[in-house]
Amino acid sequence: MSIPVGHYQYDPIDRDFLQARIAEFEGQVQRRLDGTLSEDEFKPLRLMNGLYLQLHAYMLRVAIPYGILDSRQLRKLGEIARRYDRDYGHFTTRQNIQFNWIRLEDTPAILRELAEVDMHAIQTSGNCIRNVTADEYAGAAADELVDPRVHAEILRQWSTLHPEFTFLPRKFKIAISGSPNDRVAARFHDIGILARPGADGAPVFRIFVGGGLGRTPIIGEELFDSVREEHLLATLEAILRVYNARGRRDNIYKARIKILVQAIGVEAYREAVEAELAQMDLERYRLTPEAVAAIRSRFAVPQLEAPADADAVLAQQRRDDPLFDRWVRSNTHVHRDPGHIIATVSLKPAGGIPGDATSAQIARLADLADAYSFGEIRITHLQNVVLGHVRKDRLRDLWLGLSEVGLAEANIGLIGDIVACPGLDYCALANARSIPIAQKLGARFADTALQAEIGALRINISGCINACGHHHAGHIGLLGVDKRGEEFFQLTVGGRAENGAAIGTILGAALPEDETVDAIARLVDCYLGRRESGETFLDTLTRLGHEPFREAAYETV
Amino acid sequence: MKLFELGERTAQVHDVLVTLAELAERDDARAVLLESADDPALLKPYLNRLDLVVLRFPGFRDGRGFTQARELREYLRFSGEIRAEGHILPDQAAFLRRCGVDSVVLPKDGNGDPALWEKQLRQFPVAYQRSVLPERSVGPGLRVEEVS
Repeated sequence: MSIPVGHYQYDPIDRDFLQARIAEFEGQVQRRLDGTLSEDEFKPLRLMNGLYLQLHAYMLRVAIPYGILDSRQLRKLGEIARRYDRDYGHFTTRQNIQFNWIRLEDTPAILRELAEVDMHAIQTSGNCIRNVTADEYAGAAADELVDPRVHAEILRQWSTLHPEFTFLPRKFKIAISGSPNDRVAARFHDIGILARPGADGAPVFRIFVGGGLGRTPIIGEELFDSVREEHLLATLEAILRVYNARGRRDNIYKARIKILVQAIGVEAYREAVEAELAQMDLERYRLTPEAVAAIRSRFAVPQLEAPADADAVLAQQRRDDPLFDRWVRSNTHVHRDPGHIIATVSLKPAGGIPGDATSAQIARLADLADAYSFGEIRITHLQNVVLGHVRKDRLRDLWLGLSEVGLAEANIGLIGDIVACPGLDYCALANARSIPIAQKLGARFADTALQAEIGALRINISGCINACGHHHAGHIGLLGVDKRGEEFFQLTVGGRAENGAAIGTILGAALPEDETVDAIARLVDCYLGRRESGETFLDTLTRLGHEPFREAAYETV
Repeated sequence: MKLFELGERTAQVHDVLVTLAELAERDDARAVLLESADDPALLKPYLNRLDLVVLRFPGFRDGRGFTQARELREYLRFSGEIRAEGHILPDQAAFLRRCGVDSVVLPKDGNGDPALWEKQLRQFPVAYQRSVLPERSVGPGLRVEEVS
């Protein structure tokens, strides 16, 4: 493997830039230590380099642009976990990885190690444009219309140390997809972008603005239906310029773009953006076909060759091995090439911590990616790992390899595939511990046959109203609340981040932690008892309404 | 007051510095102070007689001044001096310059060391987006460097 498949390949200019960024950060640390920078001044600067202060230690969040990395990079992450952390890393809902037990004085060395493999922690936090996320099946899925990665990379570059938009009212998250099936939660982002092919071959972009979760969950509204590629950057500049000038700065809970869009209305926001565009020198901001082509040329594409009988071999293996068949059912997705398949590796073992991986697992994933998927790895916004281009006749070998390190859980999209924030085990903001309740739920529904029987059901858990576990978007959502020092969980149902995005509805009063798992089990039983043929949990909920589920959850027999 | 020049333009000293509200009453004013909430478009009738627009940063995390500077340069074609004052950090030197700011009033604390500002201006060899400065491409793609 010479040039990594799947992500932008750095050149010496990009590498010099990273070194300059590390030197800058070292200088900032030095000024903090000698007192010329106050803690209040240092904090936003370190956050823009991904360095948080949590409850017990510093946390370093490393950027994985649009969720894609190569095996060399993944191995480096494993080494950092082993050397500087407690032998594990945590994959996040923004397709990044974070290390929870970092010492401040180690961070320049870690950043230098990351730079050896063209990685960094730039803009993984702070009130700036954050790491851009994209469809985890980009460039692989059969249902894709436009591969969003080239434009995700363009957005990554454009937003890097943007002179005007690095001190925004609040953080700013952008997601981009090129599939009609929304796998990026486009309408829960500050800006969500859906690409589709335009008449002239260049893509056009549908742009949503003002979506988000957090304390005030809001579904993003369409700002423009068809932005031409050449105007993509100008349009984003205009959207951000309006926000930077007019977004609230008096209250951090009212400072996201969604609050501004709600306050003035999407029509007024659109008019304001159009007024900016009318004054801008569009030629200066034009995204030229040459620039797009130049960036595209730095992406290597996999040479997809498979034997003619690859599909038949896989079909036979599935018939011979029901366990393997179950994993294939839940953990794979249709590839655009008939001889290949997309495999999702679950980081949600029953009773485990969602999104965590040990350095040994990380190293094995890198080896398996080299052996089975062109050395390419994708991190999903649901905290799992995707190997995007697996030959069908070799899928079973991959599955066996995953089994050896406890990574063959067959639960993608099922009730065990829980998304949880770090919660009070790590986070200074949390009211409740998200991880133990996730572990208990995982253990309760450990039986993969039962999970398959229950079918598509997403559980999201947040330890506080900041909603990092995206509980509003969970089919079943859990929000941790503190009642006089006791952990309680408030249940919501009916949220979804996919097509037809919706915010979950609160079911009733919050339940004590030790009653929550039973209540969810009763919700599931209610669904299983009342579903009609072919119905998912959400289908049954939609048909019956919330009342039967509310009764089931609060039944105290 | 110690001034630091971010670019080639020599910083000017003005005895009369008025607020946006006072500008209409003071025909002699050649310099105006904008608060971060002020709309630069309101300067339109006065641009011909203004030599200096001072942008006040109430805190370095309040980035409205960056947008004000770009609006002055890009929309209003203001060709006089733009200055930043208030709570600003040397870490923002290149951002300010790239948004069209010519000079800063150096902070009186440890952030006011001109050597820090000088260093920060030269920190990055390239940028990944266009600014208001004259720039040329560096290699293929989005990267640019300033034309000196």
